[in-house]
Amino acid sequence: RQLCAAQRDRNRADKSVLACRTCRNQRLFKLTVGFRIPRPLGNGPSRFIPEKEILQVSKVDPRTQSIFEDAFAALGRLDNISLVMGFHPQYLESFLRTQHYLLQMDGPLSLHYRHYIGIMAAARHQCSYLVNLHVNDFLQVGGDSKWLNGLDGAPQKLQALGELNKILAHRPWLTKAHIEHLLKAEEHSWSLAELIHAVVLLTHYHSLASFTFGCGITPEIHSDGGHTFRPPSLSQYCVCDIANGNGHGHLEERRGNHQVSEVSGEVEVLMERMKQLQECRDEEEASQEEMATRFEREKTESMLVATAEDEECVPSRDVSRHFEDPSYGYKDFSRRGEHVPTFRVQDYSWEDHGYSLVNRLYPDVGQLLDEKFQMAYNLTYNTMAMHKDVDTTMLRRAIWNYIHCMFGIRYDDYDYGEINQLLDRSFKVYIKTMVCSPEKTTKRMYESFWRQFQHSEKVHVNLLLMEARMQAELLYALRAITRYMT
Amino acid sequence: MEKMSRVTTALGSSTISGRTMFCHLDAPANAISVCRDATQVVVAGRNIFKIYGLEEEQFVEKLNLRVGRKPSLNFSCADVMWHQMEENLLATAATNGAVVTWNLGKPSRNKQDQLFTEHKRTVNKVCFHPTEVYMLLSGSQDGYMKCFDLRKKESVSTFSGQSESVRDVQFSMKDYFTFAASFENGNVQLWDIRRPDRYERMFTAHTGPVFCCDWHPDDRGWLATGGRDKMVKVWDMTTNRAKEIYCVQTIASVARVKWRPERKWHLATCSMMVDHNIYVWDIRRPFIPFATFEEHKDVTTGIVWRHQHDPYFLLSGSKDSTLYQHMFKDASRPVDRANPEGLCFGLFGDLAFAAKESLISGDANRKPYPGGDRRYPIFFFKKPDLTEQFAHVSSALSVFESSLESKRMDWFVKTARLYLLSGKPFAELCDHNAKVAKELNRPQVSTTWTMLRIMFSDPANLSTPGPNHIGKLGTLPLMNSFSMKEMGMGTESRLDRSKGESRQDNIHLELGNSLINSNNDENEETEGSEGQAEYMFGDAELDDDDLYSMDMFFSLVFSAEEQEYTLPQEAFPLRHEIMDNPLAPEHLQQDKADSPQASGNEAEVMCLTPIESFSLISISQPLFSPHLPAPFFCPVVREMLSHYAEQGDVQMAVSVLIVLGDRIRKEIDDLTQEHWYMSYIDLLQRFELWNVSNEVIKLSTCSAITCLNQTSTTLHVNCSNCKRPMSNRGWICDRCHQCASVCAVCHHVVKGLFVWCQGCSHGGHLEHVKNWLKSSSHCPAGCGHLCEYT
Repeated sequence: RQLCAAQRDRNRADKSVLACRTCRNQRLFKLTVGFRIPRPLGNGPSRFIPEKEILQVSKVDPRTQSIFEDAFAALGRLDNISLVMGFHPQYLESFLRTQHYLLQMDGPLSLHYRHYIGIMAAARHQCSYLVNLHVNDFLQVGGDSKWLNGLDGAPQKLQALGELNKILAHRPWLTKAHIEHLLKAEEHSWSLAELIHAVVLLTHYHSLASFTFGCGITPEIHSDGGHTFRPPSLSQYCVCDIANGNGHGHLEERRGNHQVSEVSGEVEVLMERMKQLQECRDEEEASQEEMATRFEREKTESMLVATAEDEECVPSRDVSRHFEDPSYGYKDFSRRGEHVPTFRVQDYSWEDHGYSLVNRLYPDVGQLLDEKFQMAYNLTYNTMAMHKDVDTTMLRRAIWNYIHCMFGIRYDDYDYGEINQLLDRSFKVYIKTMVCSPEKTTKRMYESFWRQFQHSEKVHVNLLLMEARMQAELLYALRAITRYMT
Repeated sequence: MEKMSRVTTALGSSTISGRTMFCHLDAPANAISVCRDATQVVVAGRNIFKIYGLEEEQFVEKLNLRVGRKPSLNFSCADVMWHQMEENLLATAATNGAVVTWNLGKPSRNKQDQLFTEHKRTVNKVCFHPTEVYMLLSGSQDGYMKCFDLRKKESVSTFSGQSESVRDVQFSMKDYFTFAASFENGNVQLWDIRRPDRYERMFTAHTGPVFCCDWHPDDRGWLATGGRDKMVKVWDMTTNRAKEIYCVQTIASVARVKWRPERKWHLATCSMMVDHNIYVWDIRRPFIPFATFEEHKDVTTGIVWRHQHDPYFLLSGSKDSTLYQHMFKDASRPVDRANPEGLCFGLFGDLAFAAKESLISGDANRKPYPGGDRRYPIFFFKKPDLTEQFAHVSSALSVFESSLESKRMDWFVKTARLYLLSGKPFAELCDHNAKVAKELNRPQVSTTWTMLRIMFSDPANLSTPGPNHIGKLGTLPLMNSFSMKEMGMGTESRLDRSKGESRQDNIHLELGNSLINSNNDENEETEGSEGQAEYMFGDAELDDDDLYSMDMFFSLVFSAEEQEYTLPQEAFPLRHEIMDNPLAPEHLQQDKADSPQASGNEAEVMCLTPIESFSLISISQPLFSPHLPAPFFCPVVREMLSHYAEQGDVQMAVSVLIVLGDRIRKEIDDLTQEHWYMSYIDLLQRFELWNVSNEVIKLSTCSAITCLNQTSTTLHVNCSNCKRPMSNRGWICDRCHQCASVCAVCHHVVKGLFVWCQGCSHGGHLEHVKNWLKSSSHCPAGCGHLCEYT
């Protein structure tokens, strides 16, 4: 009943606010000082997906219903992330179970540390939504509000983690030295188990930030928190923010117009390609050198894919104080001075190595993550847009491997030429932006890829991106830890 | 050994000899394989593919198969196998999904023979048929196994495992047509090579991937499997259902398993992660490895016995880029280092001792144990098994029971129960504890408490009650009853009085209470804001205004009340976030205590007190200060505490530590404190003194101790309708969709704190039940049970 009530409130509130909520809201704040009426900033849980497309809490099937109830019981809230993920109840269940375990259940780190690490990770991507959410939780479990003034206010131990956070978020190629630095810091040193917990949390929230931006999650009505944090509308949330529309936007629009004629057949073309790849795979066998160059080419091309605006979007103050060095961002690995060797999955894979390490130091989490990865990777309804009974394995694998490719992780047994066939440019732009600098994701990007696909399928893609990213970061981090241990 | 040499000669091969030796490879190895006559070994990895000759003293590189300027991925090997019949034939499994065969007899530099690229994903394993020259089997990540006839260009049959990746395939040694395949989902399948349509048998062997399997070389029914779940299992496949006959638990996921030749019960394992050693197990003794090879510095990736009839030579390749030959005689035997003696104290001073029989019997003539000898030598015999190579140890177990009163631990239990560690002013605590100790006939401890009281009390206080106490050790001082009386009175009267003669006592009270005080204040506020203050203060008869203007004296009342509620609180499913208390006061306190900044609170209070007392001195006893300042005693007290702890009375050490609090805490380093706390808590828990141990945990200031309270705070409940376990929601059952926790009084669903009777398991809202029990002693549900809510 409470759920329904909350929903009703939201609906009612929605009706009373007109189209341009954010700006109006801000004006309202200025005009009526001391008279702050909380208003929702967006239409429903996501800016990108029309509210009516998202499942109504009262109308979902019993399974989703019970998952929502569980989530509500565990957290006392049903956040918008869960609502959007509600498109895929099986995954949502696994996701919530993992998240609950990481934040609430037995683990080496104390509760407020966990939330603080969540804040650090989310702030790295300027994800004010997640930051706000966890600031509340952090204070609720008894965290010291001084820490929230910035990383300087936090204990040395957490400050030391800042560097790892930074590297992991943008250029995760960690080395043994990074790990050593954390583990051998005298009194402020981390234990291995704590470090694993921290790493899992960091990667979880980095990738969750990707998802949040990728699906345009709007903040909940209660988490606006006008007093502690400005409404998270400053740089990215306001739909009518001009900055988002101009610049590349025009280009894209123009390109978009060109594409309109082709768009109708987009799905069919994609399916046709998949079929061709399936069939001709055996006939035309690329040489090994060819395969290697294909990987390299995809790698380099992934760098050329421009990530929307290149202008530095200045993070809002409140969020930026949680991390240092805001200029540090994703750098394409081979562009950097030092050469980062390709990470071969066959030498260090999640299933064989990562799992064992995590499970050894943080029992049960390896299992939970394993289930979650498998769930995300294998999830399929055998549909593509309006077509049924399609085997989407190839497409999913292409997406997964493309993301790993951006992080320099290579599968020996994958022909990277397939990616070029299956993922078109606007989709690549979206993936690249979402994974590497999620805060720059715009609604236009979200709309411009896979125009004929349903929102649930786009959310599915987002889940894939999120999990692939998390695994990529984890692999680098765990490999570094393994190297440290041997 | 004689048998051994006979076998080798019978085989006609030159006797194998050698020593433990190694050589550096240029790159990490993924797999190794040995040729039939045991003279050469092939090492394969991502960047290496070489053949080494095994000579008496060293490895000699014979051939580099990795040719070409920029070798393709076909050379990047996940697995390699040397044919056991045809000595020029090798097969490799490439990470890009190719299966390659190599013919060493080729004259050209490139020995590559055939290339099969039928698998879509990485090939994990290749396996030649043990007797058939041209038959090769491969298992791949794509879930297929393929059988190749080397005379043909493509595979002759494909077996679909109907699941994700195949991790290992092995031809049976004895059954010509049978092979086993292990899968990433934990299954093992048996196939007949002639029937590619369907497996013969499938069973789940492990949770998580099964990385390897190996058929027993002699016994046709046995299959050993190793998995990510850190187990090695031996299956008897001769029966209808595969039966697990042995199970060895290792410390890391098992990457390879190989039966030891000529030894029916032995097998060698190496692990995928973390652990670099190679173990040889006797499967009948699964708890301790029979032999261990500890040479490698990184994970061992390939192990192989050098000759299929020689159990003394083991070859291994590793990620640390070395290739080793291990001699069995050089292996370390963990069993030799294992301690065959066991010693354990019982709770009440009993002692159990197990040792080698020979040692015990040597002492048998000794004089009986003075404390009433109750010795039961129990001998364990195992039927000697000639094939077993373990040293036979028969142990005798003796149990010594102590009957001496002095050795009993009653005093410990009683002391733990009766000691007061907090909740009263410091002096009272000391006095109380002194009295307890005295009653238990421990004069020294009692005196210690009194001394402590004198040392650390304010000089001002000592002037009056001090001599009093020394005179009658351990009796309840007058002061106590006085302040108790006072607590019952209103705020104003207290103020009046404190202006009067009882000023010194007040300071006293404040001192001891400052810590609890601040905690309780927080409690009150949260509870109060919830509107639950009425029952928390039940009889105190305060209206709300008083509640908030309350000072420390009422927090004393509160803490007394609180004690009354300790039990019901434990009965609730305490989670990290208690839903009724959005502020989660308990964690607030604990976490604050954890963080150095937060402890500033307490420090502030503490530094306030001395100032105040100083001013008091100046008023009541100007110009007279006969007592040394408290810090003067700290070194003495520290020594005293260490003394007690060393003597084994850690109880005293911890109790004093808690009672003295900040006065002494900084004097003792954190590690020692933690150590004491841990030992005391351990003792308390052995005696099942859960409440006391919890109190100690709560009162401790070490972060490592206080966090003990945060672990395992989940309580699992079953649905009251269908009796099945409930998931994370407490009030509604997923299965029967009934609200499980209905209040027996108001018949509404309880969503917050739920209290229930352990006898009849009825219950409801805390307040409702409490009210109900005021008027009735029977269960509100009408079941007739006489419920006790304490």
